[in-house]
Amino acid sequence: MADFIYSIAGSIALLAFVISFYRIIAGPELADRVVALDTMTILSLSGIVFLTHLLGRMIYIDIALVYGLMSFLGVIAVARYIERGL
Amino acid sequence: MVLEILGALIALIGSLFLLLASIGIIRMPDTYNRMQAGTKASTLGSLLFFLGIGLGHSGLWGKLLVLSLFVLITNPLSSHVLARALHFIGKSPLLVGYDSRDDLADDMNQMEEL
Amino acid sequence: MIVVYILLGLMMLIAAVAAIQMRNIVSAIITAGVVSLIGSILFLLAGAPDVAMTEAAIGSALTTVIFLFAWSRITEQMKTDKKSSEHDSEGGSND
Repeated sequence: MADFIYSIAGSIALLAFVISFYRIIAGPELADRVVALDTMTILSLSGIVFLTHLLGRMIYIDIALVYGLMSFLGVIAVARYIERGL
Repeated sequence: MVLEILGALIALIGSLFLLLASIGIIRMPDTYNRMQAGTKASTLGSLLFFLGIGLGHSGLWGKLLVLSLFVLITNPLSSHVLARALHFIGKSPLLVGYDSRDDLADDMNQMEEL
Repeated sequence: MIVVYILLGLMMLIAAVAAIQMRNIVSAIITAGVVSLIGSILFLLAGAPDVAMTEAAIGSALTTVIFLFAWSRITEQMKTDKKSSEHDSEGGSND
């Protein structure tokens, strides 16, 4: 029962990932793509945590930590580039 | 068992918030609106998702707590930095006629006068 | 599970094609970062957490920052080159 509801939650997170991927491809300008990349990062963090639960391997959650740190760096770099050049 | 089902339901609510964030990303008309919808809803949704997974899987509490704190700090911060950069390159919001307060521009003008 | 593999692979392919077709360079850099993101999740699904961590750290973040830095330097260099060449041509016409 619980595993079934968890699977539905993970599927909805994957659906949200696919929907926000559309904005990366079709975004009219740069800022829309950066916003969509930020959201996709958070969605993929949730997906990685869900995979940790699904596959039962504790080491996977470290990847979520590393990925959160690194993508924050990337978004800050892009914002600084937009503001005044890197 | 009850705790697992409770955690699964909380994770389901969180994933619905994540879906709401992505629908806001594709349906909102303007970059600032997209930023607001995408960041706030996805922060709440991912925190609920982490809480749900942590209730169902008791060995993950420490790292999930660190990850939640990290998301809670960095996600509004990156959104703020991005909105500030867009404001400084002169991109105006869509509904500026309805409420044309611009506190950041006023503050910057005051700082230039000083 | 195989549906998730196929879906993520298709998204990776679409992002790669979009990255080489895009007119704006910085948008192309960001789309290349998305290719790395989906690749990292695919590595994770295939059961290779160390490769996924390397891909997430290097491919998705560090490559984006280095590409942005290089593109920023290139545009600065192009601006100064154009300015100095205009200056040279003005000086030549005065002579």
